[in-house]
Amino acid sequence: MTSLVYGLVTGIMFGFLLQKGRVLRYDKQLGALRLMDMTIVKFMVSAILVGMVGIYLLSDLGLAKLSIKPMIFGGVVLGGLIFGIGWGMLGYCPGTSLGALGEGRWDSIWGIVGMLCGAALYAEVFPIMKATVLTWGDFGKITLPQVLGVSHWLLIPLFIIGSVALFRWFEKKGL
Amino acid sequence: MRRKDDGGWNPYLAGTLSGMVSIGSVWIAGKFFGASTTFVRSAGMVEKAVDPERVAQMPYFIKELPIIDWQWMFVVGIFIGSLIASTTSGSFRLQAVPDMWQERFGPVRWKRWLVAFVGGTIGMFGARLADGCPSGHGLSGSMQLAVSGFIALICFFIGGMIVARLLYGGGENQ
Repeated sequence: MTSLVYGLVTGIMFGFLLQKGRVLRYDKQLGALRLMDMTIVKFMVSAILVGMVGIYLLSDLGLAKLSIKPMIFGGVVLGGLIFGIGWGMLGYCPGTSLGALGEGRWDSIWGIVGMLCGAALYAEVFPIMKATVLTWGDFGKITLPQVLGVSHWLLIPLFIIGSVALFRWFEKKGL
Repeated sequence: MRRKDDGGWNPYLAGTLSGMVSIGSVWIAGKFFGASTTFVRSAGMVEKAVDPERVAQMPYFIKELPIIDWQWMFVVGIFIGSLIASTTSGSFRLQAVPDMWQERFGPVRWKRWLVAFVGGTIGMFGARLADGCPSGHGLSGSMQLAVSGFIALICFFIGGMIVARLLYGGGENQ
């Protein structure tokens, strides 16, 4: 029960910020995919940078456990590309579709219904996928610091520097 | 009383605060952001209402049980949070066809709705195959420096950019 309340409160805060950041809209999502408006990239990368520092700090202090999804080449690459195709058509992702509905963009309802159908469809073919695509190139739960054999505290500052350079370029180009 | 749209917050600020919310969630509840599993659970709930025995035997619904969990409430929360933020800032707008779409394809509703539906179906299929969406892989995966998170995020954008180009042609010179 407590877990459900945490989920709801966390979701409300995230939804509030997504709306304030203006990243829920079709025009913003397609704007990024058309390389015209980088609002959603600015939002995402900022959240990722802050999260990186906080989560590795918590993990090093033993206050949180990482939860890494396995790198299965077939699933991640093929699934990622298929998701991208659908995302380009819908213009909302699973989380933002609910947020878009919250600010009145109700074309997202059709996307939500579609996504429920997509989930049901996947549930039907899951046994086939598990025996095929999901066995192609399974590298397990790997992280970048593990693969490169360096400390995460070397990579995180590099990510921050690279992202700030990217942000400055966005602002210079007016994206 | 009608308020004028305040134009929103700086996306760097809203993103930074979201990163902090995500840290708080991991610290307090031990939960990372994600959204697409909720669609599996919900689809399972609908199917369960029709044929519970069948659902009980399906491997994917055994893996992702059709129940309400932390993430399910998180996704509902996103809706409520966005509703609160938009109605208190005058930016709530009932809109059936997005502006950019209308400019390119006209105001015909069913065309947009059909593409949204098909896009949603394809997108969720892909997200489940990849085992995550822009929340689970993109945000939570990347912030943990997971290889799967970065690769998924790159693939999401490649697929999306290809479709955007097919739908809208070559970017700026529109």
